[in-house]
Amino acid sequence: MKYVDEFRDGAKAKALAADIARLADPGRDYHFMEFCGGHTHAIFRYGVPDLLPDNVRMIHGPGCPVCVLPVGRVDMAVDLARRPEVILCTYGDLLRVPGSRRTSLNRAKAEGADVRMVYSAADALQLARDHPEREVVFFAIGFETTTPPTAVVLKQARAEGLPNFSVVCNHVLTPAAITHILESPEVRELGTLPLDGFIGPSHVSTVIGSAPYEFFAEEYEKPVVIGGFEPLDVMQAIRMLIRQVNAGRAEVENEFTRAVTRAGNRKAQALVADVFELRKRFEWRGLGEVPYSGLAIKGDYAELDAEKRFALTYQQKRENQACICPSVLRGVAKPTECTLFGTTCTPENPIGSCMVSSEGACAAYYAYGGAQAGRDVSPVEA
Amino acid sequence: MAGRLDLRNGRVELAHGGGGRAMERLIGELFRAALANEWLDAAADAARFEAPAGPLVMATDSHVVSPLFFPGGDIGSLAVNGTVNDVAMGGARPLYLAAGFVLEEGFPLADLRRIVESMAEASRRAGVPVITGDTKVVEGGKGDGVYINTTGLGAVIEGLEVGPERVRPGDRILVSGPIGDHGVAILSRREDIGFGTELRSDTAALHGLVAAMAEAVPAIRCLRDPTRGGLAAVLNEIAHASGTGLVIREEAVPVREEVRAACEFLGLDPLSSANEGRLVAFCPPEAADDLLAAMREHPLGREAAIIGEAVADERAFVQMETAFGGRRMIDWLYGEQLPRIC
Repeated sequence: MKYVDEFRDGAKAKALAADIARLADPGRDYHFMEFCGGHTHAIFRYGVPDLLPDNVRMIHGPGCPVCVLPVGRVDMAVDLARRPEVILCTYGDLLRVPGSRRTSLNRAKAEGADVRMVYSAADALQLARDHPEREVVFFAIGFETTTPPTAVVLKQARAEGLPNFSVVCNHVLTPAAITHILESPEVRELGTLPLDGFIGPSHVSTVIGSAPYEFFAEEYEKPVVIGGFEPLDVMQAIRMLIRQVNAGRAEVENEFTRAVTRAGNRKAQALVADVFELRKRFEWRGLGEVPYSGLAIKGDYAELDAEKRFALTYQQKRENQACICPSVLRGVAKPTECTLFGTTCTPENPIGSCMVSSEGACAAYYAYGGAQAGRDVSPVEA
Repeated sequence: MAGRLDLRNGRVELAHGGGGRAMERLIGELFRAALANEWLDAAADAARFEAPAGPLVMATDSHVVSPLFFPGGDIGSLAVNGTVNDVAMGGARPLYLAAGFVLEEGFPLADLRRIVESMAEASRRAGVPVITGDTKVVEGGKGDGVYINTTGLGAVIEGLEVGPERVRPGDRILVSGPIGDHGVAILSRREDIGFGTELRSDTAALHGLVAAMAEAVPAIRCLRDPTRGGLAAVLNEIAHASGTGLVIREEAVPVREEVRAACEFLGLDPLSSANEGRLVAFCPPEAADDLLAAMREHPLGREAAIIGEAVADERAFVQMETAFGGRRMIDWLYGEQLPRIC
């Protein structure tokens, strides 16, 4: 595959690995957080940790949209889906995320609710056109990458005057979450979460640009390298981070220059600003309430806001107390430190959201294993 | 309803499963006419047949694929090939098939004819007759057009003893061709996803290939067809049953460019994508080259490859050396990668 295989080249990986090993100071440890689930997935899928020296460790951040959706929001989706007039559509993995009392959209579907998996916001809009007799609700989730497409369908629905289409907006913002992690007591005071730098999101940054990260680099003195989702991108970003740490620099660097600019996609940003506004606070699974971290549909588009149309109110719900997803999402604990991991909680029967999505740290640990995953997958000689 | 079956514009009616004249007409003018053989001609409820001495194998498989017609095949040919393959993977020569149809009221008879004729064609090509069958009709809305169950009976090939428990550390793992074609071909025709591709399902009856392999290397230890769940599921099943670890090399696993691209685009894994005309074989290391040569000589094994080996590992892990240079676990697929593909 052209433009893909070039970024998965084994020989280049070996050369990069050798250079990283040469650069890494054996007298210290390096702890880097990859914010995005896309990076987490790539790291495990291609066996990147096998290619890193022992003192370079990756911490898996909360950048998985499915994983950070709180239980109360899943319940909201389930309640909506159970209304006989509603077709609820959303992105695939969300169907398996457990709500409270072990409900999920999949379970609601089995009980007769009309839940449809869609590949894009446009598919949801098409469903509304095809089923004028039903209320089609798009349960929108995701970071800045999936937000502009939701804005587009809201505008289209308005233009077409579609009376049976509405959206529950659960879109969240990356910079707010990173700030929250950097402000957390584990990082600031307790020192339980050593953090020497970030691999910044790739797809999110194509939209918001690299400028929003400059604040972290300056204010918190943490290097940020925006990296692509291919395994060579990840390794190159790690090498750039090590160089910054070694030189005592804390800057925003862009490894993903083939897609990310400093300003980002202005058109997409304008579109989002047109349709959405900041919520004062939004609850994240694992992080709790994060100020100004979520988007709501603007009053001007109120008639398309499902939260208003169906008079939905958000209720905070307790998560399973034994599940340590909150700590995993903050990078404080590894999935394998959870007593439920791999026993009660598996991809077939997820208790916590990190086990649901392939971008979730627990699911990636479980599916792809590796010596670093604690499943004792020591290499066997073939 | 009177007269002959209207195979051009007619539709399945409840009466076609009712046990009366309508049902007799459907069976006579459609099923018996297409699948014609001495057993069906006898028009009895049970078929009487001769079987050779020695152990027999039996396999059954229900087919609920959606869409019913897809590039490279349809539910009819799939129902024959799928069960023939299950029998063949038991190390047997398939002898007879039985078929049960569940039809939905309102289903076009023209489509049913296409399906039954395709089934007959697949049965003829495989040389395995459908010797008995059954038809039921469910009310409109309570089925999805057509479901077909087929059961196959076969005679174990003399000297061949296959089973996952026979796999030993050191055994080589071979596949008969590129993986994932069927899963992606089906996906490409699903109305909710639909994308353009020339890719066709690999559906094929593999007993001829198995016979050629058994003749060249009677020491084959295990045969499996990686259908639902793909190569990943089959390797995990075999690792589990044999108590050995398996290690494959990503670069050695044949995957078509179109399949890789489609999976890349949709976030799927070719290793978990279904196949309907491929097999996985295990054999002792010293026989691997001979087995590979025998497979490549057969039309259905031209692109066969040795992809890895069994290793001593009591945890029975399946691992892959990635082309990138790392190593990762290959786990079973959880849930469904795609709905109803076979």
